[in-house]
Amino acid sequence: MKEERNLILEAYFVVRKRQPTTHYPLRTMSSRFIVLSLFLTMFASLLVLPAAAQDVETEEPVLREVSDDEVNEVAKDLYCPVCENTPLDVCPTKACADWRELIRTKLAAGETKQDVFDYFVLQYGDSALARPPKTGINFVLWLLPFIAVALGLVFFARYMKGLRQDDPETVTSASGVQDVSPEPAPDDYSARVEQELKGK
Amino acid sequence: MIADLGFFALVIAFGVSIYAAVAAWYGNRVDEPRWVESGRNAVILVFPLVALSAGTIIMSLLNNDFSIEYVWRVSSIDMPTYLKVTSLWGGQAGSLLFWNLLLALFAAVVMMRKWRVDREFMPYVIIVISMTQVFFLGISAFIENPFTRMTVIPPDGNGLNPLLRHPGMIIHPPMLYLGFVGFVIPYSFAMAALLTNKLDDRWIRTTRRWTLVAWLFLSLGLILGGRWAYDVLGWGGYWAWDPVENASLMPWLAGTAFLHSVMIQEKRNMFKMWNMFLIVMTYCLVILGTFVVRSGVISSVHSFAQSAIGPFFFAFIVIMFLFSAYWMTKRREDLATENQINSFLSREAAFLYNNFLIMAILAVVFLFTYYPIFSELFTGEKGFVGAPVYEQATAPLFAALLLLMGVAPLTMWYKTSAKRLEMSLLWPAVATTVIVGVIFALGIRYWAALLGMWIVIFSLILTLIEFWKGTRARMKRGENVLTAYGHLLSRNRRRYGGYWIHIGVLVMAFGIIGTEVFQQQTQLNLQNGESLTMGNYEMVFNGVERFPGPDDLLITEADVDVFYNGRFVKNLNPRTELYTRTGQPMTIPAARSTISEDFYVLLVNWEPTSSTEATFRVYVNPLINWVWAGGLIFVIGTLIAAWPDPRKEKVAEAKRERMALGVGD
Amino acid sequence: MTDTIQPTENPTVGTEKSKPKFRVTTILLWVAVIGILALVGWGLINANKTRPEAGQTAPGFTVHYFDGYEWENASASTLEEMKGKVVVLNFWASWCVECRVEADLLEQASRQYANEDVVFLGVAYADVEPNSIEYLKEFGITYPNAPDLGTSISSDYEITGVPETFFIGKDGVIANVVIGPVNGPAMMNTINTLLAEGGSQ
Repeated sequence: MKEERNLILEAYFVVRKRQPTTHYPLRTMSSRFIVLSLFLTMFASLLVLPAAAQDVETEEPVLREVSDDEVNEVAKDLYCPVCENTPLDVCPTKACADWRELIRTKLAAGETKQDVFDYFVLQYGDSALARPPKTGINFVLWLLPFIAVALGLVFFARYMKGLRQDDPETVTSASGVQDVSPEPAPDDYSARVEQELKGK
Repeated sequence: MIADLGFFALVIAFGVSIYAAVAAWYGNRVDEPRWVESGRNAVILVFPLVALSAGTIIMSLLNNDFSIEYVWRVSSIDMPTYLKVTSLWGGQAGSLLFWNLLLALFAAVVMMRKWRVDREFMPYVIIVISMTQVFFLGISAFIENPFTRMTVIPPDGNGLNPLLRHPGMIIHPPMLYLGFVGFVIPYSFAMAALLTNKLDDRWIRTTRRWTLVAWLFLSLGLILGGRWAYDVLGWGGYWAWDPVENASLMPWLAGTAFLHSVMIQEKRNMFKMWNMFLIVMTYCLVILGTFVVRSGVISSVHSFAQSAIGPFFFAFIVIMFLFSAYWMTKRREDLATENQINSFLSREAAFLYNNFLIMAILAVVFLFTYYPIFSELFTGEKGFVGAPVYEQATAPLFAALLLLMGVAPLTMWYKTSAKRLEMSLLWPAVATTVIVGVIFALGIRYWAALLGMWIVIFSLILTLIEFWKGTRARMKRGENVLTAYGHLLSRNRRRYGGYWIHIGVLVMAFGIIGTEVFQQQTQLNLQNGESLTMGNYEMVFNGVERFPGPDDLLITEADVDVFYNGRFVKNLNPRTELYTRTGQPMTIPAARSTISEDFYVLLVNWEPTSSTEATFRVYVNPLINWVWAGGLIFVIGTLIAAWPDPRKEKVAEAKRERMALGVGD
Repeated sequence: MTDTIQPTENPTVGTEKSKPKFRVTTILLWVAVIGILALVGWGLINANKTRPEAGQTAPGFTVHYFDGYEWENASASTLEEMKGKVVVLNFWASWCVECRVEADLLEQASRQYANEDVVFLGVAYADVEPNSIEYLKEFGITYPNAPDLGTSISSDYEITGVPETFFIGKDGVIANVVIGPVNGPAMMNTINTLLAEGGSQ
């Protein structure tokens, strides 16, 4: 733990010192490459499951250069611990900028997205995550909306089923008076509209 | 001096509201209409009193009277005049007063308009409205008093929160508040119907337009809020599932369910209890929403403790809820209905599905929004639910709702035969599949987006067919298309306005699918003269300039040229603003907008900017303008549905009068 | 003013069917709604908890010190272990401007009381770790400092901002709370009183 922290720190300062050059030098970067990396990010976020995406990341022993897009990709699923309800990737405050630098450092040191998440949970608690962890009582709370929806469905189905059973009775006894022609005439719509227009 | 006058006016308004409630109650009890009328006059009187009170605050704001704490808090000498006026709703105490002003206005209008027909409702309407007013005026006068004095008079004020200086934020709160306040009216009529035991649909018919207008303002507030976020907050989106946003979304959802479900009661005399429940819930969510918006109880750990109004609000909600629940239980026999739904495939069943889906969305949003409170209760740690979870949970429900939107209008009351329904759905479904096939062929492979588009296009076609059928029916009488269509709309504004609202929602949904699924973004550091390529766009960075703006503003503005397929299209100036006094930064985006997409540029200020170098965050937001266009259609549709028709008004009034006399129809 | 395609309603349809009574679903619905209301209320009251004041027992906690910091040769300690000593618990953050005002003051005081039964303990609230360490270096702070892991300590102490300083007596009872930067003489005064109290026990 301690060594790890030291390492991170060193990495942090190293990267910070050379910060202006940590970004891809643009002239060497063809537009095709940008488009490609963009597509990769898009595909990673759209098609590949987040869990699978983590496996793609390879451990790199030496510091690699981490682009802003990679940092944002991680930061967008984190929330700023001090300001209210602001995802970390778009938060304009100084503290958030420092947190993003920290993410960059960690990614540069070869940590995965999940490692960064774990670090943030350790430091600032579960509320730093955009998706609360599904563990313990949290899981029950997390399930509540689904339970609520499911319960609603059950009631709903029961209610409709009851009606279904009553159906023949209603049609014969009650609707004899008034619920006439439940089966409308073929071109009833135009007829209805016309009737409505004449009638009123 | 002048502020003392305002405070007295507020206290008198508080007293007058109490009098109104008592007079109406007493007059009704002893059957003495003069007392009730006196109560009515008292309700009307509250409006000028609160207006006077709000006027003195505005005067103090204009005169830079920093001896008043509220003025010091939200205003400063160098603020432009219009901002000083709108600072009335720039802080908690002021916005509560503003809330009061709007409520008093609505209440006064109701008292003046609805007196003749619904005479026996009026004592109770007066009592319920006045109870609400007593509560809010009491909060304003005694707890969050905007007239509190400073012990030392400061030379200058803090100035308005920079985030609130945008035109969108100036219009947004009044819209939201009008929406909130508007729902107090149908609620009070619902309570009047309960208490008088006149539980037919008269209260619904009487307040239909109020409900629609309240709903319209709430919708406008939500749409403008989204636009404001997109234009000012600088994160490339328009809806963040922020607790404050959710607080106004929830009453909107409950109100939407109510607007649909009352139609079952009007037509089939069913679901009386459910409609009562919905309007009570809407009212409670409105009060809760006002409180959450003002206090930030969810968003910040300590604001509830800091805000003195919290316990009062909660107590008031509980009292009003128990009051409503007690009467609903007492009247349960009269609220019960003998009519039943005969078929799964009927209009009333469709409305029921609609209600179920909306309630499910509401439940999800409610639980997620209040998740921090619940999780702190059970785990001791304040949890948090972010936007991705909301999106996952609500997206399928919204999709089902959109599908229902298209299919439901094809169903009939009582019963629709499955065969007929199949027949009317088949060709639109084929056509939709062809269109989505073309989209697929164009290279879009993401299944969720394709499914979403299928649903939206399908529902859109079905809605347009409904329009066409109606127009064609009229054209048979020799009218041309436009006349026929115009007559169709004016003949049944409610239905066809409703269809326009549906079209608006579908267009918005199309835009939302586009931006949610196909948004592209990247962030790069550029040297002077360098460029960035994204899709068909190229952006050349010409330089950055830093200069002081008005007030204590420090503006950093970049100059970039945007090229589309190699052709120059627009020069953009994204910038960051720093309010040096408070240290609050803002990122103001610049965008090149077309009907198909926005090229949206942010000057990211989390990297050091120099004159030769800057970091940009660039988004391509496909179909974003469809969201705004859909919003506009939505509003127009609501206006069509709510627009008064004098001729029908008379008929309806006569009908209500008959109902009041117990004649029935 | 209604949907115009409308068969006239006959109120006598389906008479003497279901007698109005409490249905299970209705009762459950009400129970659910009232339950949620009660839960929200309870939650609000819970969220309304205020800072533990003077006279209350200080909530316990465990701290894991920053690298290079320790207390009694341990890299982690609990408040329990500090019982019998006066604890000056200071919440701070590197992004906090006012904290810089008191940083030197606290460091001097910690040196001054180095040989007495006083523990100075700094807790960094919602801070970026490298920045915290930079801050500690900048002010040459030697007394033990730790990050507030999971923001749990500050949550138990219900702090409303930084800096906030809690003075905890030898018996583990909070003696004083200072909101905002501490004042030198007043702090010494408090510490001396607490030391004296402890001695007389």
